[in-house]
Amino acid sequence: MSPPETLVDKLDSPWLGVVLGVAAVLGMLTVNVLFLVWLERKVSAWIQRRMGPTEVGPFGLFQTLADMLKLLSKQLITPRHVDKPLYHLAPLVVFVPVVAAASLFPFSAGLVLQDLDIGLVLVFAFGGLAFVGIFMAGWGSNNKYALLGAMRSVAQNISYEIPLILASLSVVLMSGTMNLAKITALQSERGYWFIVLQPVAAVIYFIAALAETNRAPFDIPEAESELVAGFHTEYSGMRFALFFFAEYSNVFIVSMVATVLFLGGWSGPLLPGPVWFFLKVYALVGLTMWVRWTFPRLRFDQLMSFCWVVLTPLAILNLLITAFVARLV
Amino acid sequence: MSDEPRGASSDPEADPTHPEAYVLNMGPQHPSMHGVLRLKLHMIGEEIVVAEPVIGYAHRAHEKMAENRNYLMFLPNSSRIDYLSGMIYNIGYCQAVEKLLEIEVPERAQYIRVIACELNRIASHLLWIGTYVLDIGGVTPFLYCWDDREQILDLLDAITGSRLTYSYGRFGGVTMDVDDAFLTGTRTFLERMKSRLPEYDTLVRKNVIFIERSRGVGIMDRQTCRAYGVTGPCLRAAGVAYDVRKSEPYGIYDRFDFAVPTESAGDCLARYDVRIREIEESLKIVTQAVRDLPAGPIMPDKPKKKFKPAEGASYFAVEAARGAFGMYLVSDGSEVPFKLKLRTPSFSNLSSMPKVLAGTMVADTIAIVGSLDIVLPEIDR
Repeated sequence: MSPPETLVDKLDSPWLGVVLGVAAVLGMLTVNVLFLVWLERKVSAWIQRRMGPTEVGPFGLFQTLADMLKLLSKQLITPRHVDKPLYHLAPLVVFVPVVAAASLFPFSAGLVLQDLDIGLVLVFAFGGLAFVGIFMAGWGSNNKYALLGAMRSVAQNISYEIPLILASLSVVLMSGTMNLAKITALQSERGYWFIVLQPVAAVIYFIAALAETNRAPFDIPEAESELVAGFHTEYSGMRFALFFFAEYSNVFIVSMVATVLFLGGWSGPLLPGPVWFFLKVYALVGLTMWVRWTFPRLRFDQLMSFCWVVLTPLAILNLLITAFVARLV
Repeated sequence: MSDEPRGASSDPEADPTHPEAYVLNMGPQHPSMHGVLRLKLHMIGEEIVVAEPVIGYAHRAHEKMAENRNYLMFLPNSSRIDYLSGMIYNIGYCQAVEKLLEIEVPERAQYIRVIACELNRIASHLLWIGTYVLDIGGVTPFLYCWDDREQILDLLDAITGSRLTYSYGRFGGVTMDVDDAFLTGTRTFLERMKSRLPEYDTLVRKNVIFIERSRGVGIMDRQTCRAYGVTGPCLRAAGVAYDVRKSEPYGIYDRFDFAVPTESAGDCLARYDVRIREIEESLKIVTQAVRDLPAGPIMPDKPKKKFKPAEGASYFAVEAARGAFGMYLVSDGSEVPFKLKLRTPSFSNLSSMPKVLAGTMVADTIAIVGSLDIVLPEIDR
């Protein structure tokens, strides 16, 4: 089977393709993040029996747009005593990998910007890069709350990356490829989703992904009742917005990875591929929101012991069994 | 000022006994310091070595104000000492003055006072549940509690005209009578609240994260409680069945059938359980009071024009939502109190914190301080 023609291949100039591609990914992410924030506010309102935003636009849909404009127009305040290079670079270091990671996903058969054989590795690599930025923000802010938040963040993410990747590896072992489009195509061909064969890996992935995106009940790095706002305490205006954007994009990205690995990506009957893809992604996003607005927060040491004592051994066991079964079959 | 970042070693506020510790100033402006408490935390990593509560940011000199005005003029101050259980403080002050002046209170007024105070206690405990779960990271229960509390505020608003800082009591009775709408509303609320408690149980109490965050955290045993004069739900969570309403009954509390809930663990979970069960007991008291409410006047037949107690002193205590609230009133025979000493529960409860907080993590500190249910204006007065 020849590799499916990708979006970039269809264009004459590769550079034009890159520019258009980045613009397309940025646009896609922006629209989705704006919608996601609105959805989060509506879902939380629904869970808490409130109204949520209602004023701007139909059902308050444009509320986040208005909020974004406000953040754009705000003065950028740089506190005294900050480590200037780190402080200014941090929002970008957090933001850029997110956009890069988002360009790797197959939204439908052939509708993929960068069809790479190491797609899955790259997604995790970009995810890991963002934490350098978080630590830069915490360290550069010269604020003890920010430093504590950054410290927690790095410790948490190094720990949770391990079960996250181990759970994904189980799927890689089954499909024999790290190409996101091929993993999806394989599920489409076989007629079942990998969650059927890998339910444990799916659950481990979902929990680790919640921790990876700093979402409740693992929102320890920015626990507002403890650390005010964690690593981005000293950031205001658009710099804060970049962190915020990256955070919600990350929620979106881990849901996309889960969709590709466990829920068959764009494959599904009747409806076109992208519709299925986004339906599944938003179902997962809805699940993370439900979790966030139901659970209290874990303590730092509980979080670490949960990862090292429960999740990681379970993920290793699951991987071993998968490898064993894959060898037999 | 230099542009160099200040390191932990050069921290001017560092504790000399722990030179390796750095100081984290939590408060007075901090999302979970319940007003304006400032905690000076000497920490190594995430662990707290020494915790010093710094108070006084909401000091309004209530005790001094009492010495400058007559007994009645101090009445509006009383509910501003603790704005979350203001009704209990307001009625409590009236009862303290009545004890000094030897005024008889009519039956109907006594019952109305009990209904109002117990509703206020439920509102205060509801707010605590909400903020405590918020402190450990759960946002949703907060709005559920707020919703229920709002019902009480509406009820009390209807008879007092205020939502928080009530001035409902008068020496000898209450300002306004309750009507049928209030009584019907109260009955509706009682039914509603009974059906809501199982919901809190499902949403909060059975949650594994909530249990893990509360069990064994911030243990205050009997000895600690005794040493620091801890009262209220915190004391009862340590297994001491001390409740002023039962131990030294005032008003007409001896007529009602209610229990004093206790737990033995003395941790945050026990304090939660005690408060939930206290809500149930308060619901029982209100139910009985509404049922037995007699007809009659709400003030004495001939209200006094001037309040001029004889020379002497009296101590009177009530059970507020946070513990024993005592008032020591000294009269020199004039219209103005010679001295009013307020014994507020949160002040004593908070004073145990340096002992309890040492050796905990930041997240636990927030949980423990939250579990005390402190109200800063009441501590600072």
